[in-house]
Amino acid sequence: MPSLTQALADAQGSHPSRPWPRRVVTRDLWRDLARQLGDGLWTLAGLWGEPGMVHMALLDAANREIAVASLACADRKFPSVGAHHAPAIRLERAIQDLFGYAPVGAPDSRPWLDHGKWPTRAPLGAREPALGAPAPYAFLAAEGEGLHQIPVGPVHAGIIEPGHFRFSASGETIVRLEERLGYAHKGVEALIAGALLERAARLAARVSGDSTVAYSIAFSQAVESALGLAAPPRAVWLRALMAELERIANHFGDIGAICNDASFALIHAHTGVLRERVLRAAQACFGHRLMMDIAAPGGICADLTPAGEALIRRLLAEIRAAFPALVGLYDNTASLQDRTVGTGALALELARQYGCGGFIGRASGRSFDARRDFAYAPYDELTFEAPVLAEGDVNARVWLRIREVDESLRLIDQILDRLPSGEIRVGIAGAGEPREGLALIEGFRGDILAWVRLGADGAVERCHLRDPSWFQWPLLEAAIEGAIVADFPICNKSFNCSHSGHDL
Amino acid sequence: MRKILFQTLARAPLTEPAPDPDDPELAGLAAEIKSAAQARLGRSLAIRHVDAGSCNACELEIHALSNAFYDIERFGLKFVASPRHADVLLVTGPVTRNMQEALRRTYDATPAPKWVVAAGACALDGGLYAGSYACLGGVAAAIPVDLHIRGCPPTPATFLKGLLALMTKSA
Repeated sequence: MPSLTQALADAQGSHPSRPWPRRVVTRDLWRDLARQLGDGLWTLAGLWGEPGMVHMALLDAANREIAVASLACADRKFPSVGAHHAPAIRLERAIQDLFGYAPVGAPDSRPWLDHGKWPTRAPLGAREPALGAPAPYAFLAAEGEGLHQIPVGPVHAGIIEPGHFRFSASGETIVRLEERLGYAHKGVEALIAGALLERAARLAARVSGDSTVAYSIAFSQAVESALGLAAPPRAVWLRALMAELERIANHFGDIGAICNDASFALIHAHTGVLRERVLRAAQACFGHRLMMDIAAPGGICADLTPAGEALIRRLLAEIRAAFPALVGLYDNTASLQDRTVGTGALALELARQYGCGGFIGRASGRSFDARRDFAYAPYDELTFEAPVLAEGDVNARVWLRIREVDESLRLIDQILDRLPSGEIRVGIAGAGEPREGLALIEGFRGDILAWVRLGADGAVERCHLRDPSWFQWPLLEAAIEGAIVADFPICNKSFNCSHSGHDL
Repeated sequence: MRKILFQTLARAPLTEPAPDPDDPELAGLAAEIKSAAQARLGRSLAIRHVDAGSCNACELEIHALSNAFYDIERFGLKFVASPRHADVLLVTGPVTRNMQEALRRTYDATPAPKWVVAAGACALDGGLYAGSYACLGGVAAAIPVDLHIRGCPPTPATFLKGLLALMTKSA
């Protein structure tokens, strides 16, 4: 089997993208790559547009390589990748909405992010005036005797993000779930294009608030790669510390919320306390409960004091004292297990096909963790495991989180023990020429891809941030098929996909 | 489970005293709407949250209001599942154009008397997203706003101050 580098060896032009290459390909090679994606040779890691171009990021899991293939689409068309590889379909629909470039041969031509409410069509492309009132969205049909539809959202009963779910049900059984997303689309990519680094970093930190540390690291690392500079070692290690705190806090929130969706409030109450303790430690150490805007291009903006370090060690001790009893309670409560075991199972084949990252993919047996497989600093020097389970049900996704909390605690131990001293930030300036950089960072939810092109002056020309949810949302539709409507909330919570990160 | 419950009973509660609404601007705003709110609703508010395109950070902190430290329900503040049960709409996000209609319909479905609290930097004026083709730029561009809670995101304590000011702060 050829490696990704070999597959792209014939490409015409190479661009100085770091640390992974970007090559301009012909239509034929683009089509070949799409077919190879369909054949399972590569994993799709991103598909996005810019004026005059479409880009496709490919991941070669076997050889641990990443490459970006770019195709000029001067005639506003490009061969559909989705025609060969279903995970590309929504990304192509987004490109069509934002840039007006049509994927030729695409299996689904419906709009995705554009709900007909923007003043212009193709706001990042030709900026044509809107067409007036849009036709009602054509949900996919489910036909049969006694089928009925249940529309849910975009305003939900809980305190959650906006999205629409259309259930076709036969009695209690879900025959088809179709998601309609895009409600949280804020136009981040347009706002970030042309922005100075500081503003761009603030926008990147708010792509998905629960992953603000991971997004800041992804953006910063892409910028630093582009400029060929490295953040000081102490900053890199403290970034990892914050990333693991973020992971733990989110996992506590999720584990509790999943149990709460099974009406088991006790675990929810206790994990809520643990989550709050993590956030308070973050506030005390870094000045922000979610550690927003702390990681930035060039390093980090707040240093950890010896008192802060002691605080985090106390936090770890507290978690280690309290968490095992909650895990035991989860494991020994039959009524709770009754709701989670076997519910919403996701098959490994689908997780692989979609390149589904994070705890969702790993709970179904897809062993991928950017911290291990693309060992960026400081994870290359740390000892940890990326746990993998096979069942792929709600229970497996709970257990994956439990195991990951343990691993993150171990990681934080190591980080605190070996934390380098020294500077925490270096100055950032333009390179005097355009530069491009890529980063793949393991957020709590999965791998975040960041691609950035800086102008000669160091301002951001273009930036694309791909949330892990792009390759997880479609799988929720698959996992819920055949389940009962009442199991949707617990399934949805166990996936915990991001709306804001996906809708961008 | 019994052991965890007994341990919880033996410990002092984690819940902390209520914060004072010390922000003068917040207090002023709250004073304006306070008398009407208290006359009609007493000391209880039913809150319906609407995410109008936030980054989800505000939602995380709104969730935190229900944890043992803040325990929002002890103040008579309760999150409800439908706008039809609500006195207050708590709106986050810069109001994306894709959410404008849903927000308006939620507002219309809330029975009068009702109050709108916009929370977070982007709910005030669009914040970082001001000027985007996809955003209206703040909650007030979509529905009338009575009170704004600052922060990116507001901390749970700030949320609590704002909501308590709406309920109890006298002029």
